[in-house]
This record gives sequence, C-alpha cells and structure tokens, in this order.
Amino acid sequence: MAADGNAPTTTEYIQHHLTNWTYGKLPAGTYCDGKSVQETTGWTVAHCPEEMSAMGFNAIHLDSMLWSITLGAIFLILFRWGASKAHAGVPTGTLNFVEAIIEFIDKTVKDAFQYRSRFVAPLALTIFVWVFLMNLMDLVPVDWIPQLAAIIAGDSHFYFKAVPTTDPNITLGMGFTVFFLMIAFSIREKGLIGFIKELTFHPFHPPTKGAGIILAPVVIVINFALESVTLLARPISLGLRLFGNLYAGEMIFILIATMFGAGLILGLFAGVLQLGWALFHIIVITLQAFVFMVLTIVYMAMAFHNDDEDQFTH
Amino acid sequence: MNLNLTIIGQSITFIVFVLICMKYVWPHITAAMTERQKKIADGLAAADRASKDLELAQEKAKHELRDAKTEAASILESANKRATQIVEEAKEQAREEGDRIIAAAQAEVEQEVNRAKEQLRSQVATLAFAGAEQVLESSVDQSAHQNMIDKLAASL
Repeated sequence: MAADGNAPTTTEYIQHHLTNWTYGKLPAGTYCDGKSVQETTGWTVAHCPEEMSAMGFNAIHLDSMLWSITLGAIFLILFRWGASKAHAGVPTGTLNFVEAIIEFIDKTVKDAFQYRSRFVAPLALTIFVWVFLMNLMDLVPVDWIPQLAAIIAGDSHFYFKAVPTTDPNITLGMGFTVFFLMIAFSIREKGLIGFIKELTFHPFHPPTKGAGIILAPVVIVINFALESVTLLARPISLGLRLFGNLYAGEMIFILIATMFGAGLILGLFAGVLQLGWALFHIIVITLQAFVFMVLTIVYMAMAFHNDDEDQFTH
Repeated sequence: MNLNLTIIGQSITFIVFVLICMKYVWPHITAAMTERQKKIADGLAAADRASKDLELAQEKAKHELRDAKTEAASILESANKRATQIVEEAKEQAREEGDRIIAAAQAEVEQEVNRAKEQLRSQVATLAFAGAEQVLESSVDQSAHQNMIDKLAASL
C-alpha cells in the first residue's frame, strides 16, 4: 500500500499489483498499522495484505472470480452463438473461426484419447479457450484495468488483479478439478477395485506364490507410496506450471512498467521492452493453454486406460 | 501464495462451464460439421459420377455419329445406284422411242413415195403425150402409140 498523499515506491507499486481484491471472514482486531479496525468477526473486503493473511482460507478473490467468470462467459457466448448458427452449408465469418478451433481441439483429442467419451472433448475445448482468454488478460497493459477499477471504486488503493491465471487459486482449482475427474473416470472405468489395484500393483508386481508372498505387503506399500506421489503430482504440476509461467510474465510486465516513470529515455526503452515481451508472451500464453489442455487429455486417457489384462496375462 | 475459497469457486465454475459446453456447444457444432463433411463427400461423389456420365455420353454420341455417317453413306450410295438405274432406264426408253419414231417416219416416207409414184404413174402418160406432142407435133398417131406408152408407164 502506498503511504497517504505520496506516490508509491517501486516495491509498493509491485506489491499492489500482485494483491488480489479479497473478500473474506476477518476475525476481530486491529490491522494495517492501526488504520483498519474490525470490531466483530465478520465478512468484509480486505484493506491490506495483513487482513488477507488473517482471513486465511475463508476468503475469496473477487477479481479473479470476476474475470474468470466473465471470460468463461465470453467463451460460452461466442461458441454458443456458433452452435446456434451451425449448419451444414458454407460457413462464414465467426462460424469459421469457431469451427476451426473446434476442429483443432477435436483432432488433438482424437490423437491422444482413443476412448469413447462425450465429456473429454468439451472439457478440452473449455480448458483451451478459457485458459487462453484468461492468459490473454496478461497482454493488457498492467495499469489499465487496475486503474480503471480504482476509479470506479473511488479508492486509489483499490486492489485489483486482472489476470486470473496469475492467481494460484484459479490454476490449482482447475488442476484439482481435473484430478477429481481423473479419479472419478478411473473408478467408473475400472471399478473401485481396479483403481486401487492400479495404485498398489504398479510399478512393482507383488509376488503371488512361494515364500516371496511374505514380501507382498511391503511391495504394495512401496507401490502405493510411489503411485500416490505420481497421481498427486499431476494436478499440482498442472496448476503450478500455468501459474508460474503467467506469474513470471506478469511480474516482468510490472517491472517494465516501473521504468515508465523514470525519465524519457528509460521510458522509451521500457516501451520497446514491453512490446518485445508482449510479442514473446503471445507464444507463452497460447502454449500454456495448449499444454494444460493436452495434459488434461492425456490424464483422461490414463484414467480410461485399463491395463489390468496385460498386467496379469504374461 | 494464499490459498482460499477461490480454489473451490473456480472448481465449481470450471465444472459448470464444461457441462454447459458439453451440452449446448460441442454436440451442435460437431454435428453440423459432420453433416457438412458428409454433404461435401456426397457432392464430390456426385461430381465424379457426373463426369463419368459425361464421358459415357460423349462415347455414345461418338458412336451415334459414326453410325449416322455410315448410314448416310449407304443411303447416298443406294441413291446414286438408283439414279444411275433411272438414267439407264430413261436412255433405254428414249432409244426405243427414237427407234419407233424413226420406223414410223420411214413407213410414212415409203407411203409418201408410193403415193407419189402412183400419182406420177397416173400422170406420166399425159406428160409423155404432152412431151411427145410437143416434139413430134402431129406425127404421132395417138391411138397407135397409146398402148406403147401405157406399157412404158407400167414398167416404171
């Protein structure tokens, strides 16, 4: 936060840009160097990072949710419009665009996922376009949306982050949703027993006869430990990869933005840097959206894959 | 990194969006695309068929043309033959007619000649007498020489 009446220091500027508009349950107490006093425990908008950490888990990032839902809605409206206009005749304009994306997703899904599912392709489409749109917010100059929000809110210290994918809650939320979908489909395809078997009988095949059978529980425990780590690493890596890339990108944009106030020459230099990084970032945001989608498809394919048979027939 | 309720909010939003996409977006567009694909495939097949048909039709037309040409040639030939025949026949007829006319004319001429001879014969005596009278004056005994002149006239 900036000191009242003074321009924010660089550190404050950066911190301000990396803080979410948070609404949460704040325990009673005095916060923000005594400037904010919460008389009774209750739900309120946080005024400073100290309040945010006091809120703990009982808080929600309004800006992240707002943009995530808005962008998701834009995606759905665009594609729903395409769906309502879709016909077997000659496609034109926006329908062409929508169909090109659908075809691209369909091809990617068919390449990596050989099972029959009505769910996976729409899942992949949603992830790709939605994540891409959320990442795209990164290309909007860093000050525009927060400044606009501050003007609308009438508070120059208003916290507002415009890029939802620089919020780990958003990326991990999607990562863990994919994780639960994986488990759900795994159980649906293989049964609960099959799923447990998959976790405990791989990668080492436990001995089933002879004196070695005593070792079977040990092997199972080792298998379970290894497989659990593998399984849990998937949603976390999925979420953190996206978050890390976008957070780093956003960070660089903010650092470049701090140079704008430092004289004409440095400002021009910053402009060139900003342009260069934005151009490079176009690749990053597309690639990250694509990677998230492809990994999700691959994980879904793993969930549908039942290798019970080939494990026990040899 | 402060993890909070946002993570749950985002999960719910995600699921809802995916379900909407699955129900209202994906099937409609892919169905239209599949239908279009089928339509295009049908169109291409039809075009293939049409070009094959065209080829067949051209082949057939060529055949017909050849047949027509042959027929025309044969008709022409027979017409020529017939014309020659007619001309031949006409020539024959003309010759016959000519012969007939010539024969008739000769007969007439003969008749005329005979008639003239007859006439001449009937007048020759008178002429001879007149001639002789002129030459001989009255030296000739008409009744004595009548027989002799008649004999001469008869020998003509």
